[in-house]
Amino acid sequence: MAQILGGVMTSHVPAIGRAIHKGLQDDPYWQPFFAGFKPVHEWLAQALPDVVVVFYNDHGLNFFLDKMPTFSIGAAPEYRNADEGWGIPQVPAFPGEQDLSWHLIESLVEDEFDVTTCQEMLVDHAFTLPMALLWPDQTWPVKVVPICINTVQFPLPTAARCWKLGQAVGRAVRAWDSDAKVMVLGTGGLSHQLDGERAGFINKEFDLQFMDSLVSDNPAWATQFSVRDLVEKAGTQGIELLMWLATRGALGDSVEEIHRNYHIPISNTAAGLMLLAPA
Amino acid sequence: MTYAEIPGTPLFDGRAARRGYALNRLCYSFNDAANRAEFVRDEDAYCARYALNEEQREAVRARNVLQLIAAGGNVYYLAKFAGIFGLDVQDLGAQQTGMSKDEFKAMLAAYAH
Repeated sequence: MAQILGGVMTSHVPAIGRAIHKGLQDDPYWQPFFAGFKPVHEWLAQALPDVVVVFYNDHGLNFFLDKMPTFSIGAAPEYRNADEGWGIPQVPAFPGEQDLSWHLIESLVEDEFDVTTCQEMLVDHAFTLPMALLWPDQTWPVKVVPICINTVQFPLPTAARCWKLGQAVGRAVRAWDSDAKVMVLGTGGLSHQLDGERAGFINKEFDLQFMDSLVSDNPAWATQFSVRDLVEKAGTQGIELLMWLATRGALGDSVEEIHRNYHIPISNTAAGLMLLAPA
Repeated sequence: MTYAEIPGTPLFDGRAARRGYALNRLCYSFNDAANRAEFVRDEDAYCARYALNEEQREAVRARNVLQLIAAGGNVYYLAKFAGIFGLDVQDLGAQQTGMSKDEFKAMLAAYAH
């Protein structure tokens, strides 16, 4: 059966792409963010995952408001990004792990998660930038399965539902008849807000409490809050912490914290990074 | 369903999604560079093609983020509109909060402490 090696959670803001493109990794503004990934690179070099399951949220590249699935899973042979409206650089295509895609789709629907399946799917910066942070040379040594969670149009799925989705994905991966080594990647957050008079809102205290909760005896701590209340605490885009919850849910009951980083600000965002392994 | 208001914090719910459909559809089209060029070439004709209402057309003309949101715009699609003018999310934040970009960036940095 397949094995889950660990999970990485990281922010994904577009400015990271511009910084990579301009080679600003050692610039004083960006260094505290990029330097945080060194222990992750070391871990990846040892762990050598074959497959990455990515929880992320589309920002209006693949999905428009004509059809807005709550949970969607890629089942494509490969995934590409595209110009998102501001000319984001293109990255090499990501090879899809279609066997795992369909295994997940079958397992999740059996588990009463009525997911949307996508045999064609563009992936946006929320997918491509975290991948480029993990593998800076962008020659992807892994196959991927994208799982997209709607954070564009309310109602969004509840935190509790995303937690359960993550748990169901974890169970399904561990029951996959394969000798693949799988890791989970959750992208987004932490606290930030792009829209409204409260734009620029950041909540360090809440972010740190949330990160601590993921490695505590109560990793589903954030599921006590409604989506509305999470927006109040973390900002309209801080709600992307739903990806972190799903990722943590997939890792099983207890985890070991291997690494974390937290830095304010990158662009409008409090940047968070965690690397956890099942314990 | 309505959500208890969070000051200064728009939630893009079904009412906004209905009200803003044409505007967001226009902004979504800007994923394609050719459409961005077409908008720049003839803004009036482009807006007419997407059947914006008067409030939406005025908000586009004003390049005003809070007006665009009030007209049903969703920030993720609006970001593609802003991309035409080379504006990033800090420009949008500064405009919405009435700050200069430097003031806005200083506010963000202050959250670290």
